[in-house]
Order: sequence, then structure tokens, then C-alpha cells
Amino acid sequence: MTTALPRKPAHHERTSPTRRRRRVSWSLITAIVFAALFALAAIAPGVLATDDPTAQNFADALQSPSLTHWFGTDEAGRDLYSRIVHGTRESLLIGIGAAGIALVAALVLGSVAALADRVTASIVNRIIEVAFAFPSLLLALLLVSILGPSPWTQVVAVGVSTAPGYARMVRGQILSAKNAGYVEAARALGHGWWRILGRHVLPNAIRPLVAVFTMAIGQSIVWASGLSFLGLGVAPPSSEWGALLDAGRASILQAPWLTFIPGLVILVLALTATTIGTHIQNSLEKGR
Amino acid sequence: MTPTSSSEARRADRITSVRPVAPRRSPRRSRRLASNVVGAVVVLWGAATAAFLAQMALPGDRATAILNIRTGQAQERTPDELAPIVDAYGLDHPVLVQYLDYIGGLLRGDLGTSYQQFRPVWDLIGEQLGSTLVLTLTGILLAWVLMIVWVTLTAGRGPRVRALGSAVDTVTAALPPYWLGILLLLFFGLTLRWFPVMGGSGVNGIVLPALTLAIPLAGFMGQSVRAEYERALDQPFVLSARMRGMGDLGIRLRHVLRHGSIPAVTLTGWALGATVSGAVIVEQIYSRPGIGKTLVSAVGAQDLPVVTGIVVLVAVLYVVANLLVDLVYTLTDPRLKTS
Repeated sequence: MTTALPRKPAHHERTSPTRRRRRVSWSLITAIVFAALFALAAIAPGVLATDDPTAQNFADALQSPSLTHWFGTDEAGRDLYSRIVHGTRESLLIGIGAAGIALVAALVLGSVAALADRVTASIVNRIIEVAFAFPSLLLALLLVSILGPSPWTQVVAVGVSTAPGYARMVRGQILSAKNAGYVEAARALGHGWWRILGRHVLPNAIRPLVAVFTMAIGQSIVWASGLSFLGLGVAPPSSEWGALLDAGRASILQAPWLTFIPGLVILVLALTATTIGTHIQNSLEKGR
Repeated sequence: MTPTSSSEARRADRITSVRPVAPRRSPRRSRRLASNVVGAVVVLWGAATAAFLAQMALPGDRATAILNIRTGQAQERTPDELAPIVDAYGLDHPVLVQYLDYIGGLLRGDLGTSYQQFRPVWDLIGEQLGSTLVLTLTGILLAWVLMIVWVTLTAGRGPRVRALGSAVDTVTAALPPYWLGILLLLFFGLTLRWFPVMGGSGVNGIVLPALTLAIPLAGFMGQSVRAEYERALDQPFVLSARMRGMGDLGIRLRHVLRHGSIPAVTLTGWALGATVSGAVIVEQIYSRPGIGKTLVSAVGAQDLPVVTGIVVLVAVLYVVANLLVDLVYTLTDPRLKTS
């Protein structure tokens, strides 16, 4: 059967001799260090922050990055580094909330599309495909215009608008698990449909979602910050990263670091999430 | 056996049964076209229905909400104040009639009336659509160029170059458009002064906005093209072309690219939608005319007809683009022409 064949196509082997597998993955270590820093900033911002994030000091307004103010200061003389550290919790919570909503919606839609009877499945599948093809930001903006701009709306809007992509993935996972050899084996052993579904199909289809969830957090933060950047999410007095970006835009010519650095932090977080997620995905595949 | 277990057995049977291939007899091309057109109509109907439902979903009494949105206040209204609104939007009709009115209006090209400005939505966005469309198409074109050059240079070379190639794909695909836009603006607009910073017209003005859209898209397409490209490099036809004495670059551009670019063709249909998302943000950064600015202020004011009008228009664009992509698909992959 297919299980006896080597999993990877031959051309991958060319670059991965056994020596390479033992080598430490620096990208993973960097990602874990950043993840730890982000987690620390979210849980105990006071430990990392060098300054009070709300302390105004107009004498120090719009200072470029220096030793006293690592990331510079904004138009009210507030320390940007400390504001970013204190904004971590809100940004992460929005990202995690949105990723959670996206994956729960994806699980429901994806399972129906994969397991329901043919008519229901094809209708749900069609809905998923259309929603997936539709611009996510437009979908999110449609939700924001119904519910009105607020952080909660932001979580729901980002979650719902990114769900279709994950729903496709869930559907594919369930379909491929459904046709796998071990399901056939379980059926040959006389196990019932629900038992096969609960014990074999769903666990195998859901496990890869751990990796996807990690990546989804990063993507959600990117999208949510986009909404804040457009002035349709968390409003500027907050130090959520997207709101910082939006606030910095006003003084982009005099103080470009006010938009450059929050954006860089968002990018680093997204890359951290992607790197860790990819690693989880690879190790799950190897473990099989 | 109990009835439940037999039904379970039937379900288990469905779980494992492989779908029959069922080759149907009829000219394949026209069947494909017909099913595409039917699919397109279904998509448009779905978008229109979603747009209608979104307008119904506005919290609270709709007439009050509309009047408050127009006046920028939040207060209770007397029936006398609401009467013209109810009349203008036909809010006293049954929901089904309102729905049919809306769909009928769309078929006549009437996208509705703005809550805020009390003008037809088409007047507000019609003339700006062209500018956004030019931006997204230029972005996609530029993404193709960047992707092809980068993948051809780095795919299937030594391990270091390949690692660099895919690392650049990953990083650029993750770049948030709002940040990339600002970065390009600061670097090319302010430091090097190559391009205008704000709202430049003509060819010069579109370079930075289009690049902002193109770079992440190129990375994204590059990720899937690279895998296909490297697979194609291992194919026997590459070896036979080499034996005929064809140069490496020639093989890559003539044979490998054709195979490798198939995933990118599929992605392009999707990208036309995705770049609209990016365009909304890019237009804000570069103060470029387009639907972005109208959309963002309409969303802030909860002016739903404008938002849903744009949604419907983008759905139309998406449908047209996908019919075109499907055509290109059959042209690049001759296997699809015959069954």
C-alpha cells in the first residue's frame, strides 16, 4: 500500500543528509526566544518596560531612538519601547481571540463540508470557497460596519474573515484521514462509524491544527493591526500595536520610527508564530 | 443487528468508499464553461444576498439608525421624522419585497443609496473603481515579474541559494502591507526621492503603491511555484532538453516555468480579491484616489449601502477574473483541453 512508499519526493533528500537533521535550528531558537519575550511582555509588562508608558514629557517629544529611549518617543514624549511592551497583552489577546474564533468556525464548517451528506456538503463547500476567495479585509470591514468599530468587533471580524481559509484546510484534513488505510483497517475490525470518526478521523484531522493555530495567531495580529491602522479597531490612546501605527502616521515625516518600529514588532511576531508553527507541523509529520 | 448499527455500517461504508471517477460523455470544454457560468451566477447571487442581509443586520430600528447616521447623532426619533426615511428606503414593505427590490435594483445597476450622503452609491464609488483596478492589476503584474525572476534565479541551485530563496519568499509573504507601504515610502520617497510621496499621478505615482501590493504577493506565489518548479526540474523532459544542447536559462524559461507557474495561475484569481484588501490600505498610505478612502470612511460611519455596494462590485470583479483565469489555465496546461 501507499504507506510503504517513502514519504518525501526524492529531490528533497538532496539537501537533507542525516548530518543536517541533528544541527540546531537557529531560526527555531530565535523564534522561541522572541515568543518568550512576547509572553513575558504580555504577562508582566513591568519587568521589561523601562518607563511609564503613559508618562508625558513634552520636553522629550519626538526624540529619535537613543540609549535612554530605545525606540524613541512620540509627540507627547512617551517612551515608545515601553508603550509597545505594554501594548503586547492587548495585541496578543486580540490575535488569540480571533485565531480561536477562526478555528472553531473552521472546524464546524470544515467537518460539515467533509462529513455531511452530499447536498449539504456541497452547499457548505461552495460557501467556504466563495468566502475564501473574497478579500478578507473587505469581509472584516463589512462586519465592522454592522457592529460598529470596537476591539470586540475587531476580534470577531478578523476571526470570521480568516475562517474560510482554515475551513478548507480542515475539510482537506478530514477527507484525507477518512480515506486513510487505518480507517479501512478499523472498519475491517468492525468498528462503528462514530467510533471511527471519534477515535481515528477527527484526532488525525485536528492534530495538524495545533500548528495552524500558532500561525493563525500571527496572521490575526497582522490583520487586526491593519484594522487599527485604518482607524477602525482599537483607538489611539491605547498602545495596541496597530493603534500605535495609526497614531504614528500623523508624524511620519518628522518621526518615521513611530510607524517603522511598531510595524517591525508586528512582523517579528508574525514570523515567530510562522516559524514555531512550521516546526510543529514538521515534527508532527515526522512523528507519524 | 439493530437498525442503528446497520445505519452505522452504511455510514462507515461511505467513509471509506472512494468516489467513482465517472467519466461523462459530452464535449468537455463547453461543459466546463457552462458549469463555470452557473457557478459565477451562484456566487453573485450569494454576494447580493449577503449584502442584503448585512443591511438588515444593522442593530436597532433601521429607520432611526439611518437618520442618526445621516445627522451624526444618536437619539430617539418621532414617527414624523422617520416617515421620509421609511418611505425612501421602502422600510415599511415586507422583508421579501425589500429583498426582491434590492436584487432587482442590482440587476439594473442600482447599488443602493448612501445613508450618510443620500446619494446613489454608484455615484460615490463608480469613478474611483477604475483607479483601484489599475492599481491591483499593476500590482499583480509586478508580482508575476518579481516572482518569476526570483524563482528562476534561486530555485534548484545550490543548497544555500535555495535556502535564501525560500527564506525571502517566507519573509516577504508575511510583510503586512501597511508596514511595507510605509517602508517603501520612507526609503524611495523620502530618502532617495525617486518617487512622489503622496498622490503622484501617472506612471511615477503608481510604482510604490503597486510594489507594496506586489512584494508580499510575489513571496506568496513564490512559495508554491518554487515547489512545483523544482519538481519540474527533475522531470525527464528537462534532461532530454539538456541533451539536445539547450542552455540552462532557456530550459528554465521555456519548459520548467510553464509547469512551475500553474499554481501561480490558480493563485492569481484569488489574488485579484486579496490585492483589493491591500489596495484599501495602500490607498490610505499614499493618499491615492480609489475606493479605499470612501470605504474606510463609510465603515466608520456604518454607511452600509456604500460598503455592501463595494462588496457586490468586488464580487463581480472576482467572478470575471476567475472566468478569465480558467481560460488561461486551459491555455497553459494543454492536458485540460482533452480528457
